[in-house]
Amino acid sequence: MSDTLPMTIIAGYLGAGKTTLINQILRNANGQRLAVLVNEFGALPIDADLIEAQDEDLIALAGGCVCCSYGDDLMLALSKMRTLDPKPDHVLLETSGVALPDKIAASVGLFGKDIQVLGVVVLADAEGLPAQLQDNYLADTITRQLGAADLVVLTKTDLATQDQLNASRFSIGRHARGATLVENSSDILHHVLSPDISQRSPAVFDAGPHHIELTSRTFTPPGPVDAHALAQSLADTDAVVRAKGHLMNEPDGALVTLQLVGKRFTLTQADPALKPGIVIIEKKNNTASTAA
Amino acid sequence: MIKILSARKILTMNPQKPHATHVAIRDGLILGAGSLEELKGWGDYELDTQFADKVLMPGLVEGHCHLQEGALWSHTYVGFFDRMSPEGDMQAGCKNLDAVLSKLAAAEAKLDDPDAPLPAWSLDPIYFDNQRVDRAQLDTISTTRPIGIMHASGHIMNVNSKALELAGLMKPGINHEGVPLGPDGLPSGELKGPDVMSPVSIHVGFDRDMLACDEQGMWRFGKLCVRAGVTTATDLAARLPEDAVKLMHKVTDNTAYPARIVPLRFHHGVSPEDLIKHVEALAPQSTEKLRLGRIKIVVDGSIQGFSARLRAPGYYNGAPNGLWYIAPEQLAYILETSLAKGIQVHCHTNGDEATQLVIDTMRKALRKTPSTDHRFTLQHCQLADTAQFRQIKELGLCVNLFANHHHYWGDQHYDLTVGPERAERMNAAGTAAREGVPFGIHSDAPITPLGPLFTGWCAMNRKTASGRTLGEAEKITLDQALYAITLGAAYTLHMDGEVGSIEAGKRADFAVLEDDPEEMGTERLKDTRVWGTVLGGKPFAAADV
Repeated sequence: MSDTLPMTIIAGYLGAGKTTLINQILRNANGQRLAVLVNEFGALPIDADLIEAQDEDLIALAGGCVCCSYGDDLMLALSKMRTLDPKPDHVLLETSGVALPDKIAASVGLFGKDIQVLGVVVLADAEGLPAQLQDNYLADTITRQLGAADLVVLTKTDLATQDQLNASRFSIGRHARGATLVENSSDILHHVLSPDISQRSPAVFDAGPHHIELTSRTFTPPGPVDAHALAQSLADTDAVVRAKGHLMNEPDGALVTLQLVGKRFTLTQADPALKPGIVIIEKKNNTASTAA
Repeated sequence: MIKILSARKILTMNPQKPHATHVAIRDGLILGAGSLEELKGWGDYELDTQFADKVLMPGLVEGHCHLQEGALWSHTYVGFFDRMSPEGDMQAGCKNLDAVLSKLAAAEAKLDDPDAPLPAWSLDPIYFDNQRVDRAQLDTISTTRPIGIMHASGHIMNVNSKALELAGLMKPGINHEGVPLGPDGLPSGELKGPDVMSPVSIHVGFDRDMLACDEQGMWRFGKLCVRAGVTTATDLAARLPEDAVKLMHKVTDNTAYPARIVPLRFHHGVSPEDLIKHVEALAPQSTEKLRLGRIKIVVDGSIQGFSARLRAPGYYNGAPNGLWYIAPEQLAYILETSLAKGIQVHCHTNGDEATQLVIDTMRKALRKTPSTDHRFTLQHCQLADTAQFRQIKELGLCVNLFANHHHYWGDQHYDLTVGPERAERMNAAGTAAREGVPFGIHSDAPITPLGPLFTGWCAMNRKTASGRTLGEAEKITLDQALYAITLGAAYTLHMDGEVGSIEAGKRADFAVLEDDPEEMGTERLKDTRVWGTVLGGKPFAAADV
């Protein structure tokens, strides 16, 4: 599967910090060859000394990273991306502020094995989010963006009031069910850019919430289980799209947190005070596997 | 040298002198219209009687179309309605699927290279009881060459297996709402929406930039203008890179080119700041026949594609609300900055929520940057209600309504997208007139054929393709229709001081007609025969282009 280009979609409304994040990522590429796709270069200030070459749609950066603008034709830019030589290790796609990332992920899915969406990261500005969700013109767009997130990054937490922070967290919990929430930037980099994202076997991202009926159920094993084996079996089940929660791990019943997106999962130590139990989201009938 | 043209009748659109028999011209400008006696005083003249039995109108102005119409004629036309090619060959409409397939087969037979793509356009299965075209049917035409048919709406394409193969889509397991699958689990060949069309369209012979136009296409577009009596036409959504502008200059600078072209730079793919800079750089490059320096913003999608932004009660069939194509803050930036710099902006708003967003944003922008006479224009503005037209009036906005759309797809809106009540009020030219909103009406060619006299007929009769009269109260009169396709559209482009009526000092741009629109009247305006045009005093006969 080395031909597969791993991609992370970075979405969120204007001012949520997408460009800041992209710049941060480029500065911390650590030898990874990143390809960054942006709507247009206008908003992406790149230090001149980093730029090795530039034409209308592509900027080559020192260290092997490239940055491309896709304007109004994302699909064409992605076609080109597949032919880049050398191949990038990881593609980061920054969407426009009003784009719906699930729709974009579905379109990227047309490239099949060539490009695999590893996840959707949606940035939300803690200072602006509550007002955006009150704005009749924007609320449904923001809600749909959050609903498509695998990972929500709450930004500008230092600028927001406590009320804004609380309201933002509440809204994210409500609209981005099943997504992980992180609130500080070093976490973001870890999540978005962890090298194993691009080197592991490809995860399956299912763009399906709007196209395939999903159901969710909770599952609480009566006692300690082999958490890794359980997670692996969920990951191996095509119907399972997401799973999240806490498990008592064998042999000693230590509580671990399970995060699963498609075929990819992580188990981390959990606060022992939390209640065990996981939520599993799965396709209603297992006919439309996109495992390709 | 002064030339005086005589005509059977001249409809000047100048209320001070609505009718005349002669018009005097010097250096491409009108000296005056009236009787020969009234015009003689200008000095020595040559009397030109070639139009003595014709009717002259101001050259018609199409305020919303695309040069792409010219480029598409290199491809096979498979539309339902008869349509005149730029060369004047009336192509019979394909009345059923077999007719589509046999026209494709005939086009295929003319191609020597077995790998050459076969692009076709203007398919509309609505008129075949929504019978779908599938991959297998197109495979009977060819399995070796990619075939693609663009639908009339521009939102859907049908392709054969080879085309899917070349685009890497001929495989099972595709999960995308724009790619319906057949019983075998493979794509059926129907592709819905730009995201899924774009990777395939390049393989079937459509340009990557669907709205771009090449040199031959521009010339063909010019021929269509002559046949339709049009002398000023917009290219409403152009990227305008340097080479495209160079080409437009080259073509329009040619004295044999019969139209004034008004391209608007559209907002996609460039930051709002760069958009403004680009348009400011373009403006001084304008010439008499190429008018640069305007902006087009696309605010939402299309109603039949369910991507337009609607206010409550939303789509009739319960479809979720559509998409924004620009963030409200960016819209505000462009409107405010353009007001401050005197750049004109046209906004595509199909749904009434998109219209309301522009209204609200304009209100704030005008408070910050008070401006009179900005004439920012809402393009399509198909669903606006009366209260919105009042606000539009208050803010000094103009509208350009999609009268042709109402004819071709009104039934679909009635049955499916917005339901009976709102379908009746769509493209409310009657309300625009009553509320005093300056308005034009348009074809959006190539979506529907270029032809303002037909567009006027649509707005006066509001008859849908099935024959239903949709929105009696929104009909306009003959006078209003003729105004909309001349001065009305010219006003939305800030060109009404220059074109749109036949009076002293304006450009000698005329539509030359065999029939008198005033005699043809409401019922028959669409059947008015066009001899050709005059642009800056130079005649262009449809028969010769």
